[in-house]
Amino acid sequence: MSPMELCDLTALELVSLLKQKKVSAVEILESSLRRIGEVDGRPGALDTGELTEEDRAKVHAFITVADERALAQATEVDRKISHGEDPGPLAGVPFTVKDIFCVKDTVTTAASRILSNFTAPYTATPVARMEKAGAVMIGKVNLDEFTFGSSSESSAYRPTTRNPWKTDRVPGGSSGGSAASVAAGEAPLSIGTDTAGSIRQPAGFCGVVGLKPTYGRVSRFGLIAFASSLDCPGPLAQTVSDAAAMLQVIAGHDEHDSTSAAVPVPDYMAATQKGVKGMRIGLSPDYFRLTYPDLATGEIKYQQLPADIERAVRSAAEKLAAMGAEIIEDVPMPNTKYGIPVYFVISRVEAASNLHRFDGVKYGIRELEPGADLQAMYRRTRNAGFGPQVKLRILMGMYTSAAQYSEQYYQKALRVRTLIRRDFDTIFDPNGKYRLDALLTPTNPTPAFHMDAVYGDSVLMQYADQLTVPGNHAGIPGLSLPGGLDDAQLPIGIQLLGADYTEDKLLRIGRAFEQATANDPWRKVKPEVLR
Amino acid sequence: MNDQISIEVFNRLVELAAMELSEEQAAYLHQQLNNQLRAIRELASIPIDASLEANLHGVPYIPEARPQLREDAPLSSIDEESIHSQVPQFEDGYIVVPDIPHTTLK
Repeated sequence: MSPMELCDLTALELVSLLKQKKVSAVEILESSLRRIGEVDGRPGALDTGELTEEDRAKVHAFITVADERALAQATEVDRKISHGEDPGPLAGVPFTVKDIFCVKDTVTTAASRILSNFTAPYTATPVARMEKAGAVMIGKVNLDEFTFGSSSESSAYRPTTRNPWKTDRVPGGSSGGSAASVAAGEAPLSIGTDTAGSIRQPAGFCGVVGLKPTYGRVSRFGLIAFASSLDCPGPLAQTVSDAAAMLQVIAGHDEHDSTSAAVPVPDYMAATQKGVKGMRIGLSPDYFRLTYPDLATGEIKYQQLPADIERAVRSAAEKLAAMGAEIIEDVPMPNTKYGIPVYFVISRVEAASNLHRFDGVKYGIRELEPGADLQAMYRRTRNAGFGPQVKLRILMGMYTSAAQYSEQYYQKALRVRTLIRRDFDTIFDPNGKYRLDALLTPTNPTPAFHMDAVYGDSVLMQYADQLTVPGNHAGIPGLSLPGGLDDAQLPIGIQLLGADYTEDKLLRIGRAFEQATANDPWRKVKPEVLR
Repeated sequence: MNDQISIEVFNRLVELAAMELSEEQAAYLHQQLNNQLRAIRELASIPIDASLEANLHGVPYIPEARPQLREDAPLSSIDEESIHSQVPQFEDGYIVVPDIPHTTLK
């Protein structure tokens, strides 16, 4: 692997060099494309056959590399600079897009066979805002099919993405391609989505920064919907400052999304400079133990968090305390343990509803036997087009929302969601007992697990999100930061959760933590594919 | 432990979901569905006050976060051709589908 390349710099470093005319946008793009050529291997595709040894050593973040489109964008940025025009705050910065966002005139697959022939007729608002800011969209990256998973292994597009730190490990999911592309230096920024932790969990597994904004902070227009009350687009980046710069661009009300909030967007970059003196940061015992269901009895069982992960969180708290933050211990979050059971119901009901539109009529593939009627076409198309995890979610959603079971499951889950929200309201209440600015927790119950180790067990896979999903139920923002490496040299993610629309506070704490750990030995270790 | 979803109910769900499954896939999905139901059994034991309201979207829709309704006026949208070009069968301005089976309402 070559020494430091342009593609190894942060987004803000690239913008600075570009605006000083020390590099061109085309040179930056060429560096990213070279890196993709070196580490990514063949892109995800349908019906690709057995994996080769070479496949097992590559990242496979991409489904589509949009090199021609990117070259046109980079050339336009260079033209603007040469003519003295403002090229935008993220000028020339390559970014990748989770292939769940529509980008006009690109194939937009949701990593599903059913959309394998779908060319988006318009561009999703967050992507359009990135491009308007001068960022260069270099490609669409892989994910779990329709975002349904926590390892990116359910994608119909294979080889599925592998973790750049160790390519026999999953990158997490569902924004696995996003996190892997940033970790491998293929692009400094990526846009993902988070419905139960799908930005933060892979960010933690891949050692990058991932921010799930407050629900409504970033428009969902142009996002292929999974669970409409939970989905949040957001940034994945190498640094907190890059994530702040990206959120600055994509946040804010959008006339095309009535659920996007008309709440003023603060200056996130300025916030990152403020330090943590006087901030109140909580630790909760309910985030230092893991829960799993006993499938024989249905009861919740508790397990201890891995020692490496707990150590990383407590070490972060000590560092923040040394910088002037006040650490409040023993913050009760008693309903955390219900996050996954509630999610099993709400997300499936919403997914089943959203997936009825894929039927072979208006777009996507159509499977039809000669002489077959409409019902047969629906069945044949959906059977051929959907993978098993998608079918499972539809069936679960239909069962738990059926008239005879709805009160027992769906209506109950919505009320327990209220309890989860109340936990957060209590600890962030400025007049309450705790008055927290943020809750500091682990991002994930484990480091990145082996490929094929969990896939197929839909219950165990879902519990990979147990520490992130409460934030989605509550709608609050969450930030995952690289917090160290475990004994196997795999990244550990630490998470900050805050009150509605307090992304600025989370970024402020995150930047302080970065500064406090800038010289730690683990910060110097590179992912395996870059060594 | 007995399965909560019998094979008859499972097959009815599959039909309602407009799917057809291979035997192998049906067995896998049926088993996983029952595992997921066991995982959410705990929900039933959570004490809930009768007055507790459902939470539909996490963040409250406070008035100041609600966008103003725009003026009720026609606006141009994306071009129709880019949408029509995605339709599997589009003829003479119509989306064409196979015969719709006749159903006698009871």
